[in-house]
Amino acid sequence: MVCILRNFFLLIAFRNQYDSDVTVWSPQGRLHQVEYAMEAVKLGSATVGLKNKTHAVLIALKRASSELSAHQKKIFPIDKHMGISISGLTADARMLSRYMRTECLNYKYSHDDLLPVSRLLASLGNKLQTCTQRYDRRPYGVGLLIAGYDDQGPHIYQTCPSSNYFDCKAMAIGARSQSARTYLEKHLNDLLTCNLDELIKHGLRALRDTLPNEVDLSVKNVPMCFLSLCNDKFINVFKLIYLFTHKNVSIAVVGKGTNFKIFDEDAISVYLSQIEDDKRSKLAEPDVEQDSKPPQPPPSDEGPQEPQVTVAMDTD
Amino acid sequence: MALLNKADWHTPAPFWQNGPAPGAFYHFPGGSTHVDAGGFQRSQAPITTGTSVVGIQFKDGVLIAADILGSYGSLARFRNLERVMKVNDNIILGAGGDYADYQCLKSNIERKILEEECLDDGLSLKPKALHCWLTRVMYNRRSHFDPFWNNFIIGGLEGDKVFLGTVDKLGTAYSDPVIATGYGAYMATPILRKAYEENKEMTKDQAIELLYKVMQVLFYRDARSFPKYQLGIITREGGVEIQGPLTLDSYWGPAII
Repeated sequence: MVCILRNFFLLIAFRNQYDSDVTVWSPQGRLHQVEYAMEAVKLGSATVGLKNKTHAVLIALKRASSELSAHQKKIFPIDKHMGISISGLTADARMLSRYMRTECLNYKYSHDDLLPVSRLLASLGNKLQTCTQRYDRRPYGVGLLIAGYDDQGPHIYQTCPSSNYFDCKAMAIGARSQSARTYLEKHLNDLLTCNLDELIKHGLRALRDTLPNEVDLSVKNVPMCFLSLCNDKFINVFKLIYLFTHKNVSIAVVGKGTNFKIFDEDAISVYLSQIEDDKRSKLAEPDVEQDSKPPQPPPSDEGPQEPQVTVAMDTD
Repeated sequence: MALLNKADWHTPAPFWQNGPAPGAFYHFPGGSTHVDAGGFQRSQAPITTGTSVVGIQFKDGVLIAADILGSYGSLARFRNLERVMKVNDNIILGAGGDYADYQCLKSNIERKILEEECLDDGLSLKPKALHCWLTRVMYNRRSHFDPFWNNFIIGGLEGDKVFLGTVDKLGTAYSDPVIATGYGAYMATPILRKAYEENKEMTKDQAIELLYKVMQVLFYRDARSFPKYQLGIITREGGVEIQGPLTLDSYWGPAII
């Protein structure tokens, strides 16, 4: 009797008996902890990566954790020829960026050359995978977009906490990133042939599509305006997060003859003003809906209930 | 040095365990005692050796030549030891010095290339990268007082650039359009440099002819040399080719008089 009662409480407390450990399979053949980690990526603010024939570009939307704090950095340089943009747990991303930097430095020391992007991704993938197969570890709660340039040209790679990684033409990850992906898919043919300036503007428009519909964009929103807005009404504080300014947008470029470079605010403002008057593409609402929800279990009549994410994390 | 502390015929053994040797002071317990660390010997000299290696850049490729003699001291012991190797489709390598050390590094390099081929990512090792890697290996070993007793010449193509570089047993490394190691550094370098300065855009045939002459000079002057040699050729069009053993003509008439 006591035993039955205990089991009942356990069921209520954990809702799912197959997510106590990364190494535990569910009867449907899923690893719940790994899937939860995938959710952490979607909690971070959106970031976009795209490339043409000569350059790869990263664009990220930065968040400030409070009124008093600066915007959290989203783009990290790895080496002369490579950099990453993150979405998810920043602290985890810093571990990964340190690993990638070390790998690049070691290769430079022993081979006097830049580590090919695909090689680094293979070893990074292996590092991520070990976390999904050991009971004493947890997956990294961060997704990365890697932009790099090597002998094989420009690259955009995406990594997941599940240790999958993908070689992409263009990709967007993070909160509401489905809209950005929709934009990128629509303009995929233009991306390869356009020049660098156009590429950056495509990236900015893709990122802008992840913002809520009612928010207006403006480069004129300099920090001084922030303050007046904040004082005005509480609702504006909420909106503030979504204003698209040189303060909360990061742009980085790497490519042929160009070392990985994160743009300064002046350069960002120039690009922002260039897309200011462009029409926003209509938001595909169902897509956004789909994106903000955790993966839904396939409809099934028997077997235990699939887990729902209930834990919110502080992510960027 | 531990091996100097070992008792041998001119340093007598102690009277008792940890005791003083005849004519030495007694080490009191607790003080610094005489410790026998059990010294060991590192490879301090090469055994089977190859002599000079010469290399030169020409218009669209690199040549590396080395004879095929393995000397055992002054004894011409092994007369068919190949020491010019193809590393991959864009690198060739020639080695002088201890042949066992060369074989060891050769198998390491081959493993490295095999691992890279298994990745199958369309990338292949570049000559500059191998040159740097060999420098790290050689310098690391000499820093442990256990050098690989070799001179290497690495030649290859990197994109449309031609590379020729060398590493020695101390990890000293440089790249130059003209390189000769060992005895060749004295006998061959001046000839090669002069020819290169006169014609920097040598054709393949001119370069082959030049190396033939240089190998001939080395055979006349170097007592550890041999009239058969291998020639490693790497060109943009033809890829890698290891020719040989090629035979050198020589005329010893005046020496017999």
